[in-house]
Amino acid sequence: MDTLALLADGFATSLSPINLLIVILGVTAGLFIGAMPGLGSVNGVAIVLPLTFIVPPSSAIILLCAIYYGAMYGGAISSILLGIPGASTAVATTFDGRPMAQQGKAGLALIAAAVASFVGGTISVVLFTLFAVPLADLALAFGPAEEFALVLMAFTTFVGLGGDDKLKTIIMICLGLVLSTVGLDLISGQPRLVFGDLPGFYSGISFLVLAIGVYGIGEILYTIETSRTAPQVTPAKITLRELGDGIRTMNKMWRTMSLGSFLGFFVGMLPAAGATPAALMAYGIARSTSKNPTSFGKGNIEGVAAPETANNAASTGSLLPMLTLGIPGSPTTALLLGGMVMWGLMPGPMLFIEQPDFVWGLISSLYTANFAAVAINIALIPLFVWALRMPFTVLCALVIVLCIVGGFAPSQKMHDVWLIAGFGVAGYLLRKADYPLAPLVLALVLGPLMEKSFRQTLIAEQGNVLAFIERPLSGAFIAIAALFFVLPLVKYLRKGGVRSIAPAE
Amino acid sequence: MLVADRVIAIAIMALSAYFMWHATALPIGWNGMTGGPGGGAFPFWLSLIMLLSAGGVLFRSLGQERTSQHFFDSHTLRSVIAVVVSLFVTIALIPIVGSYVALPLFIFWYLRVFGGHGWILTGSLTVSTPVFLFFFFEVTLRILLPKGLTEPLFFPLYAMFF
Amino acid sequence: MIYKMTRRAALAGVASIAMIAAGATSALAEGWKPQKPVEMVIMAGQGGGADRLARLFQSIIQKEGLASMPVLPVNKGGGSGAEALRYLKDNEGDAHKIMATLNSYYTTPLRTDIGVDIEEFQPVARMALDTFVLWVNADSDIQTLDDYVAAVKASGGEWKMGGTGTGQEDSLVTAMLEKEFDIKVTYVPFKGGGDVAKNLVGGHIDSTVNNPSEALGFYKAGKVRPIMAFTPNRIEVFPDTPTATELGHNIVYWMQRSFVAPKGMPAEAVAYYTDMFQKLSETEEWQTYTKDKALMADFLAGDELQAYFLEERAKHAAILADMEADGSS
Repeated sequence: MDTLALLADGFATSLSPINLLIVILGVTAGLFIGAMPGLGSVNGVAIVLPLTFIVPPSSAIILLCAIYYGAMYGGAISSILLGIPGASTAVATTFDGRPMAQQGKAGLALIAAAVASFVGGTISVVLFTLFAVPLADLALAFGPAEEFALVLMAFTTFVGLGGDDKLKTIIMICLGLVLSTVGLDLISGQPRLVFGDLPGFYSGISFLVLAIGVYGIGEILYTIETSRTAPQVTPAKITLRELGDGIRTMNKMWRTMSLGSFLGFFVGMLPAAGATPAALMAYGIARSTSKNPTSFGKGNIEGVAAPETANNAASTGSLLPMLTLGIPGSPTTALLLGGMVMWGLMPGPMLFIEQPDFVWGLISSLYTANFAAVAINIALIPLFVWALRMPFTVLCALVIVLCIVGGFAPSQKMHDVWLIAGFGVAGYLLRKADYPLAPLVLALVLGPLMEKSFRQTLIAEQGNVLAFIERPLSGAFIAIAALFFVLPLVKYLRKGGVRSIAPAE
Repeated sequence: MLVADRVIAIAIMALSAYFMWHATALPIGWNGMTGGPGGGAFPFWLSLIMLLSAGGVLFRSLGQERTSQHFFDSHTLRSVIAVVVSLFVTIALIPIVGSYVALPLFIFWYLRVFGGHGWILTGSLTVSTPVFLFFFFEVTLRILLPKGLTEPLFFPLYAMFF
Repeated sequence: MIYKMTRRAALAGVASIAMIAAGATSALAEGWKPQKPVEMVIMAGQGGGADRLARLFQSIIQKEGLASMPVLPVNKGGGSGAEALRYLKDNEGDAHKIMATLNSYYTTPLRTDIGVDIEEFQPVARMALDTFVLWVNADSDIQTLDDYVAAVKASGGEWKMGGTGTGQEDSLVTAMLEKEFDIKVTYVPFKGGGDVAKNLVGGHIDSTVNNPSEALGFYKAGKVRPIMAFTPNRIEVFPDTPTATELGHNIVYWMQRSFVAPKGMPAEAVAYYTDMFQKLSETEEWQTYTKDKALMADFLAGDELQAYFLEERAKHAAILADMEADGSS
């Protein structure tokens, strides 16, 4: 087959000793960058971009992919160990990863994340290899209406009707959505909610700032309180046997993982959507189709596997529109695109025809980077788990310092560091008063996309709200979203019904 | 617990009202001319829902009995406040004396004073953290941390590593 | 408009000015060198056209060893660059900060009062002028400007023009089109030029005024069609696309890509950076890049650049006033 021959040529390039060395270095660097709260694949790629001019483009893109993959794997590490998502794509991983770590199963959670990432990455690279060119047209069919419907779907699959206090959940969703509107309104070009014209608010409130605040600082304050009475974190250890057990456990989760991979790849492929909604949807679907949905959020290993397969699959998927259409789906792919442009390559419909060597070299390096990432990640797990065994006060001090520096690093503004401290205290109080924090963070992530695409559609359709339902793709998504919203309600009513009948029997 | 619940609900209501007031700077209605809602609509109406829901939480708490469970006990309150204050002081110090003074100071305070750890552990972490930060963030990632007054001291280091 | 002189004359003039400037500055520059990494503030977010260009500069500077310290890009794209402008103002006298500008350098302070007067900043160098072209989807029947105007008029105001955020360049060009041809379009703002191009190809909008660099890939694949260029002369990569001027319509619009320094930066430091960019503009990499991307490499520095900024600001003030009078802003 033509594709296979081209891929074999690609492997010949990517498996040369120097390129293998580049992959290993890149993956390791990416892992550590991704594991830092606040830093993610964007930072990793931005930093090495200028360095890639020293090596030829084929090696350079291998380095960038290795860092990209490494950082995606690494994002799970801080989510699980510290409960702070290093990037928005890793939010869903904290929901079950953090409880697992608290139960002393950090090693298992990290193995699950690594294996899941590997499965997600591999399945999506295979999909990419086979269907990259025809799928590009699907990405084009996505206009603002479809984007809105997709985000709505991501929202409902995740939020549904959870077990938390309904009023408080609504408050947190609204708060997150309102915070997401801070800054410049794209449609009218006017600043809004900038609170006394503080320039720091002009760029809006970054998801990272809120996440580091409520999950980092807030969590530490909460732990300081509870650790007075009982130790919060059971010391974790990791042995070879556990590694084997972990992989065996993962073997039972093929359904979750393949679902996550396909979902991740397709959602990630759509420009503007990307890995975050993919991971959330995978988590939501894994939970709602599980036989035991109440165990989610309390340390269910499937709750780690689902979002991790999806976010890795999505990061491969988001390379698709970048290469075939020249449209980056995320800031990281935008930087990769920039890199390619600097090397004189023109991403877009002609790339596959004009530069097959480069394209297939890139695809084959995705395979190698994926293998290297899972191997290096598993090898380093004992080191990460060891970090958790530090005395609590030591860990706290270091995490606070990392939160401050990690909050400063992406935007380089002290304003954001102050916000982190403020969100930390607010998050701590809200959490004590039983307000759920996950909907707040999610709403801030999805809010900007949702509002923008909603209003773009209405402008384009002269205010016709029915446009969302009339267009086939977006109509289908809206229907699925409605289904996800109604499904838990039906379940809830049925259960209630059964209970009310029971005494009569 | 009940008192705290009410205070938080009232605070959220106040915050919502504040957001609503700010949101009215842009049109909040259905903007017929361009189609779709105006720039202030999202924040305004969502804040209103927030206000009403928080009102609901407050109203619900009125009917509840006072429980003996306290939101804070004085001991935990004291340690939480100590950490929060030290955090704010550290952040305030960063632009003035720089990260490489403020952050080690914080670590020293936290480990030695707050955590009661030994001198060896405290000393080694106080020294190694800024060294790690410098090499990881500045040298490797090329992200400069604020240095405040200590800026000139770093010129030779820059010359050496960049 | 101001760009009446021919391109060749303009280039010759600029070159001679630049040579004089370079001769004068390199003597001065020897005395001053950055002592710490230089912050290159970008008036836009990560991944956009301005960001990509700034990172290209960074890598050329690093590769060719044009600066003794690394130049580090920092994105401050909040509020259409308001954040970056305020930042530069607050760092008066700082010799290690420069800012990469685009047209929001004029429009943002004009549209909202952010307490910044760009006259206070010091000009460093103008690297290039980016061009604008009117595009339609290649599947449409529109071949010429007349077809276009007829189609827009027939749609009765429902013609969807996609572009970047309201008040930014694309919306200004759209306003100029509306005024010149007495047409009315529905302007749909998107987050970035790439997004706009994709929506045109996907058929979600009817036309755009993208920079060529954003639509070039689709153009080569035969998915979009250029109708008219907003340049005084035809663009090299689109030899068959007429300019507005040619067709008898006085619409010329550029996106400038320049660098400025904060007020009070020592003159030697400004000279150092001007010299650095002067050398950059002569590198082969930059020259090929500008050619491939249909950018006009047009180096300008010193007082001429400041005069250019002020002139452009006056022009933009007029366009914005027109837009507001129409109620379309």
